Amino acid sequence: MNPNWNHIVREHLAVLRLPPEREIEIVEEQALHLEATYEDALAAGSSEAEAEARAMRSYDWRLLECELSRAERPLAARLREQDLWRPDNYPRRRIRMETLWQDLRFGARSLMKQPSFIALAVLTLSLGIGANTAIFSVVNTVLLRPLPYKDAEQLVAVWEGRTQGNQVFSPAEFLDYQAQNQSFTEMAAYRSMYFTLTGQGEPEQLDGMIVSANFFSLLGVPAEHGHIFQPEDGRAGAPRVAVISHDFWRQRFGGASNVIGKALTLNGEPVTLIGVMPPGFQDTSQSIERQIWLNPHQVVPDWIPNSTVDLLSMRHTGYLQVIARLKHNGTLHQAQMDLDAVAARLQQQYPRPAGHGAHIISLQEQTVGNVRPTLLILLGAVSLVLLIACANVTSLMLARATERYREMAIRTALGASRWRIVRQLLVESLLMAGLGGAGGWLLAVWSERLIVASGLREIPRLNEMGLDYRVFAFTLIMSVLTGLVFGLAPALAAAKPDLNSALKEGSRSGPAGRNRLRQALVVAEVALALVVLIGAGLLVNSFARLLAVKPGFNPQHLLTMRIGLTNQQYSKSVDKKRFVTELNARLEAVPGVESVGIGDDLPVAGTGSSTTLKIQDQPAASPNDLVAVGLHVINPHYFDALGTRLLKGRVFTERDTAGAPSVFIINETLARRLWPNEDPLGKRVRYNSADPWGEIVGVVEDVKFDGLHLASTPHLFEPYQQNAWSFLVGAIRSPLDQKAVLAAAQREVKALDPNLAVSNVRMMEEVVAQSLATRRFTLLLFGLFAGLALLLATVGIYGVLTASVSQRTRELGIRIALGATARDVGRMIVGQGLKLVLSGIALGLVGALALQRMIEKLLFGVSPTDPLTYIAIASLLVGVALVACWIPARRATKVDPLVALRSE
Amino acid sequence: MLDKEVKRGSTEMLILALVEDRPRHGYEIAKLIEERSDGVLQFHPASLYPLLYRMEKRGLIKGTWIEKAGQRRRRYYKLMPEGKKALNEQRQTWSDFFAALDRVAKINPA
Repeated sequence: MNPNWNHIVREHLAVLRLPPEREIEIVEEQALHLEATYEDALAAGSSEAEAEARAMRSYDWRLLECELSRAERPLAARLREQDLWRPDNYPRRRIRMETLWQDLRFGARSLMKQPSFIALAVLTLSLGIGANTAIFSVVNTVLLRPLPYKDAEQLVAVWEGRTQGNQVFSPAEFLDYQAQNQSFTEMAAYRSMYFTLTGQGEPEQLDGMIVSANFFSLLGVPAEHGHIFQPEDGRAGAPRVAVISHDFWRQRFGGASNVIGKALTLNGEPVTLIGVMPPGFQDTSQSIERQIWLNPHQVVPDWIPNSTVDLLSMRHTGYLQVIARLKHNGTLHQAQMDLDAVAARLQQQYPRPAGHGAHIISLQEQTVGNVRPTLLILLGAVSLVLLIACANVTSLMLARATERYREMAIRTALGASRWRIVRQLLVESLLMAGLGGAGGWLLAVWSERLIVASGLREIPRLNEMGLDYRVFAFTLIMSVLTGLVFGLAPALAAAKPDLNSALKEGSRSGPAGRNRLRQALVVAEVALALVVLIGAGLLVNSFARLLAVKPGFNPQHLLTMRIGLTNQQYSKSVDKKRFVTELNARLEAVPGVESVGIGDDLPVAGTGSSTTLKIQDQPAASPNDLVAVGLHVINPHYFDALGTRLLKGRVFTERDTAGAPSVFIINETLARRLWPNEDPLGKRVRYNSADPWGEIVGVVEDVKFDGLHLASTPHLFEPYQQNAWSFLVGAIRSPLDQKAVLAAAQREVKALDPNLAVSNVRMMEEVVAQSLATRRFTLLLFGLFAGLALLLATVGIYGVLTASVSQRTRELGIRIALGATARDVGRMIVGQGLKLVLSGIALGLVGALALQRMIEKLLFGVSPTDPLTYIAIASLLVGVALVACWIPARRATKVDPLVALRSE
Repeated sequence: MLDKEVKRGSTEMLILALVEDRPRHGYEIAKLIEERSDGVLQFHPASLYPLLYRMEKRGLIKGTWIEKAGQRRRRYYKLMPEGKKALNEQRQTWSDFFAALDRVAKINPA
């Protein structure tokens, strides 16, 4: 019997995967050739076996494969079958590129067939990736990037005290640590101070610092023009010189290049300008835009300018903040041990109560440590939003995969491998994710501009915002990960079609497993959305409570300002007191002004000074038992102007002068703390051992001096006439227009002294709002993310139910034909949706409870497990979900049984 | 380089020449080449058929399935005008080539 040549040839050529029709022709022709050879051999007298062997020998199959492969198939197709044939010198990378290029083109074509699908998916991804990129760029700027100083990782802040309470150093202590430490290449001290600039048009009050001469060289930032302080600028008796900020230079001197060497008058004293810092330079305090830095008079930054006190021997009054640079390869731990050793030596030499010493913290941590929890929580929330977006797109892809089920089945039947199909679908997903990433990047660029433009100073370093390679890498990685996350499941599902059922005529829907996956995704989306929504709910709740806090003053119609009595002519107390008395009288005489408060500090700003209080006849057992109080010097109408209620006794009067007996007013908290069951009036206290005891004459309600969110602390008030300070704040209560009041105030100040500057003019309501700016920012972003999460989850529910209704059209038609009412059908669909939503909510509640500790730090007056918030948010989600279910349900009730039954 | 070109050119010319007077199928072409060259030129089917397909793609020849009475259908290749032109050119080239060889090395068998 003749061998089956067709079969033999087909087996040998199967690897070529030729197009079917072509394969038939070639196989037949080769078979004929073999048969002819075989028959010739038989005719020549060979046996059948010999003839067959001869025919087979005449064929070199390997050569035929190669030659046919070359003759029949285009290059790219051949190259994909790498194990089959490839010229030895053909670069592997080029093969991969050609394959990838083909997949990309195919993917793009396939996506373009469904523009609405891709628009929805890309929009969803753009929002998710964009929000993540925007928050990451904030995190990157604030937390990840090194501070803008030379080798910033070596910079540390040094504080007095063993523990974390940040105390300041006295000059003598600073000099001891500077001389004795082994860990730092340099240590610099500074103190912030206001200066009044005169002799240059209108007097102006400047935010400045007095710094030790090595301050700028320690930070490693050179001047833009002129030069920074040199070592000789720090010697005792060196002439006063100043370095100014770039912005101040532009604004005050119009950016003129000849300012170096110019003489300025600061606080009535001549100062030579030696340098201008580069644009964007910030010293160590990020929240204040410093305008000027001065060198010290006496080696260390001065306490009071031109004071005759010998600063170098001052050991018990601290006012210096300190920064230092670690030696190369030095660690924080080693430096801390070193400082502890110095502290122990100093303790022997100059014994002090326990708790003194020094501790260090990296400058980066000090600068941004406070906002880290806020930013990380925002990043967490926004990544949940991205997960929801991914779930949504996965669901869309699954729906699309269902539609493409037959396409995949046909491709599989034609011999496409599973990996090939997975790869193709993944390329499509990545293409979409890439588009989403590009959209997200645009969104991030836009929000970055918005954030910079917002000028928010409460979050440090935002002025440095910029999208750098790290943010770009983040976006890229996010996009790829996103593409893999939402692409993998649908791709794997699509690549394993059940050929038999898929290829049957008319079958259009995918397997049930895919619907279950989509439903699971909706449950996950609802759960994630609930977590973000609860976070936002808790923050809203906190914010509302913060706004409801009784601040102890009335911020409405209250104009505040700052005046510095820093000029030479006010060096004596009596001159300051005279000025304040006269200013008070003049301002109160302005028509429309109700009351005028003058003091050293205003509420909410948290800039006040503090001291420890001693009580007559109650000696403290140890220094730790002394009561720490906030100290304020005020004029008689201070509380009137603020709108603070007097609870007991009296306020100060014009008779409480330097010659009169010392008197104090205390706040409620201090009264409760010291005399919980006694009348505090008539008790005698003092904070300075050298002063006589003073009598408590009044108790006022608690005023939130340090911020609305902080618990009230003890505060002590003293008449300005008994303790005059150089830095004044004014608070004018008047129903008149802010501008008119300000103009009047400025006029009166000028009439009294034309060289005084009024600065920081703001309405008290603004000050309060500013103190809440970070919280408002967090709330706004969180709210935005929560809204986005809710929207995405709603779209997810809607999408799944709509798809379910259209897939079940036939079933619904039968139900209606069998007598189900529209109400039954509607209820069934809504029920199906609600089941998913409720499962999601249950899961989300568990998640929210598990994550509650993370958000605790951002809350005020609300427990992270506040049941009301949880219930309200869950109800909101159910309500919104009901609407999302109702629309497809309505569509289901409109199914015409006749049309439905005919449709498939 | 010349070797490869010459070899391919010569095989193509042989095939074109064999189908010049009438269409022939692949086996017949292989047989004829072997017979007419007294076994000096042997054509491996693994090279022959792919070459035929390529020549067909270039429009030199055209294959057609023809069923003759009492026989299985076979694929016959006939010369196309494009092939005729190529054959003439190649004949000329080879003739020039041999003339040159002869002039130099006296190898003309005639």
